[in-house]
Amino acid sequence: MSTTAWVILAGAVLTYLTRIGGHLALSRFKRVPPRLEAALDAVPAAVLTTLVAPDVLFAAGPAEWSAIVVAGLVALKRGLLAMFISGAVVLIVLRQFVG
Amino acid sequence: MAEQSARSDFWRGVRAGMPVIVAVLPFGLLFGALAVDNGLSVPQVALMSLTIFGGASQMVGIELFGQKIAPALIVFSIFAVNFRHVLYSAAMGRHIQHWSLWQKAAGFFLLTDPQYAEAERAVEQTGRLGFAWYMGLGLALYSAWVANSVIGAVFGRLIHNPEALGVDFLLPIYFLGLVMGFRKRPNWLPVVAVSAVASVLAYRFVGSPWHVSLGALAGIILAAILPPSAITEGDLAETAERSEP
Repeated sequence: MSTTAWVILAGAVLTYLTRIGGHLALSRFKRVPPRLEAALDAVPAAVLTTLVAPDVLFAAGPAEWSAIVVAGLVALKRGLLAMFISGAVVLIVLRQFVG
Repeated sequence: MAEQSARSDFWRGVRAGMPVIVAVLPFGLLFGALAVDNGLSVPQVALMSLTIFGGASQMVGIELFGQKIAPALIVFSIFAVNFRHVLYSAAMGRHIQHWSLWQKAAGFFLLTDPQYAEAERAVEQTGRLGFAWYMGLGLALYSAWVANSVIGAVFGRLIHNPEALGVDFLLPIYFLGLVMGFRKRPNWLPVVAVSAVASVLAYRFVGSPWHVSLGALAGIILAAILPPSAITEGDLAETAERSEP
């Protein structure tokens, strides 16, 4: 088997370990302590924020910023799909005019 | 009866995956095209998507394959990019206590960013996380990802200017939508603000991909330290609503 295939399989095994690891580490708690519960409740917003913030600051210009603002405002009133489509439309339209 | 409801739960999960599939479709195609560009064969592209199933880490992997870097370092980079899944995995345990060992083993294999976010959304809305629904969502995303990366590998040359279609910025928009969806949770604003600032600082001074784990950790630690925010009437009404069958 080629080196490439071995690298892929080793990467896959380690990736699976990250996906079960957190659960294995916590499964020894019979009941989740309140502070840990509060921390776990914050996981989705905290992680997903880090996937947005640096891109908005470093990899974006007027078109991307407008898309983010419009999408953020739509998200206050409407569902995920409406929010996503409006952001994408603003982005694609503005990119035709601004680099 | 039970089997029938599991089947309809499965298809509800598949439907929940549709917006994600649309958002991720260009990335699958792009990944396949770039992978072939960087010297991978079509079967290797398929192997990577089938076994790793993590878009960002696969992109980093093929980037390094193209640069003649030590194999161990490529493996470690894939691991580093995927390290954030540890947090998802830790947070999921509370919702899947009723799953069997094998259900958990299979479920965790499919635990990607959108999978985790949609699962938390389902818990938020229905109060539980069913295995059939979860697998419907996960297998829909999985098969779409594998299919798109293979299509991209075979027809890669056809994508000329992905930037004009906004491809590179669709995921941040989608992730922002998910962040906004959790805004009713306790201490949401301070958590988001601290994670944003910390991830930007870590991106600048430590480097990618560690800004994800470090930034998230800052927000999560803050949530553990802060007193739980007082329950407002709105929250109470919502809790009552949620407990309706």
